[in-house]
Amino acid sequence: MSVLLYAETENGIFKKAAFEVASYAKGVADALGTNVVAVSVNANDASELGKYGVQKVLNISNESLNSFKAKTYTTIITEAAKQENSDVVILSSSANSKYISGLLAGQLKAAIASNVVKLPVSTSPLTVERTAFTNKAFQQTVLNTDIKIISVSSNAYGIIENEVTAEVVDFSVSPADDSIEITNIDKATDKVSIADAEVVVSGGRGLKGPENWNLIEDLADVLGAATACSKPVSDMGWRPHDEHVGQTGKPVASNLYIAIGISGAIQHLAGINASKVKVVINTDPEAPFFKAADYGVVGDAFEVVPELIEKLKAFKASNA
Amino acid sequence: MKILVCISHVPDTTSKINFVENDTQFDTNGVSFIINPNDEFGLTRAMWFKEKQGASVDVINVGDATTEPTLRKCLAIGADNAIRVNATPTDSFFVASQIAEVAKSGNYDLIIAGRESIDYNGGVVQGILAELLGANFVNTCVGLEVEGTTATAIREIDGGKETLKTSLPLVIGGQKGLVEESDLRIPNMRGIMMARKKPLNVVEPTGNETHTTAGSFSKPEPKGSVTLVDASNIDQLVDLLHKEAKVI
Repeated sequence: MSVLLYAETENGIFKKAAFEVASYAKGVADALGTNVVAVSVNANDASELGKYGVQKVLNISNESLNSFKAKTYTTIITEAAKQENSDVVILSSSANSKYISGLLAGQLKAAIASNVVKLPVSTSPLTVERTAFTNKAFQQTVLNTDIKIISVSSNAYGIIENEVTAEVVDFSVSPADDSIEITNIDKATDKVSIADAEVVVSGGRGLKGPENWNLIEDLADVLGAATACSKPVSDMGWRPHDEHVGQTGKPVASNLYIAIGISGAIQHLAGINASKVKVVINTDPEAPFFKAADYGVVGDAFEVVPELIEKLKAFKASNA
Repeated sequence: MKILVCISHVPDTTSKINFVENDTQFDTNGVSFIINPNDEFGLTRAMWFKEKQGASVDVINVGDATTEPTLRKCLAIGADNAIRVNATPTDSFFVASQIAEVAKSGNYDLIIAGRESIDYNGGVVQGILAELLGANFVNTCVGLEVEGTTATAIREIDGGKETLKTSLPLVIGGQKGLVEESDLRIPNMRGIMMARKKPLNVVEPTGNETHTTAGSFSKPEPKGSVTLVDASNIDQLVDLLHKEAKVI
């Protein structure tokens, strides 16, 4: 018996999602009265997971696995689950983990629940609560197979420290016959990604044109935030498509989401409503976003945002 | 090239979400259903394969007879055949295994599903399907070209995208980017008339294996009303974000 988690790394460093999933796995293991084991690939310091309650880390050191390959990584998790006799496998909601999740469920013949937001509501039978209807509802799901997979929503459970000493064990598997070859990776390395960001600053049509995006970027800089945009903005080509957040764009589950000049169409709100605190800045007090937001400023972005940047700089300086 | 597009029949985004029968069933009363947006991007991409490369395009749904108008809409957009597996889509494994049965006998080269449906948001049917078929798989696919049996796919990753080269048979989890919103097609009268004559085959399910049991639904606590801050008092906003919301 064990709870296994897949701890994602990037260039050898654990991603924030790995610590959240480890924290969650510890909670599940406590409820089941069992141990937490992690599997990772090329982690520089795999023992770091001990801080979140992981007792054992199976770490693979193999340079040929530096690039994520779904089939091979799925096989790694499958082999780890078999070796550790795992009943429950925990994944994050990153793009790579979502890529793996269906493959793994197929390979392990495992029941799977995606978008799980809290610890299981019952352990026998294992019952979890997950979001449905794009965060407009929750649904309880009973997982009926011997091995079960839980995919945890980003930023829902949080990171909880639970210091133990993690035993790090070398692990290896024979590579899967992966007939998918990566020919190019195009990734901004100097920017926070929307998926990993604690704060997201997002602009809409109210900014009047791409030439005004320095407002969004400057505010994002002060907050260490990722930048995003509404659908019309990406449709008009003001901003690249990969910044589009909303139902058909990227989902956002940040701690703070600041919407500037975005009216708040239902499709937009569906994509961002997993964010914890929402701020809207808009000239139109009737904009639907004011109903969805926690804090609102009725005002002109061209006046309010520079003011906000100044005040935040002053705040940072006095709290440094 | 034979293409199968998996179609989820989902409530329109603007639908009121309510539950009936002790919160165990979604209340479909007054709800209009649409082609799942992620699937519609894939269907439109399939139409381009049909028009430019002579592909055939079938669409499939696992559901009861109420999903047929959605399949007819796919036929009106230009799909050649529709298949409905006559069963309640109880869980992701069940849906994937039913599609896999149809896919095996149909010898499809390319199966296009969406990255997730906008009702249950599971996002795993396409991966399970690929595994059951032993096909190659690309998720969150935002671009796809096929030449002969070689496919070039662009996958959205956190913070960017990557280009993948693979071969058919291939399953993708598609989304916006395969085509753009402005490329989506509204069925015209001729399409609608033709769709009436196109085959919509109803097949019975194979087996009934499921891995999960759906329990009751609940709704989040209603959100409190917005706290408005005067545009001349931005200090207050910073203060609230720091002391009350504790996010900065």
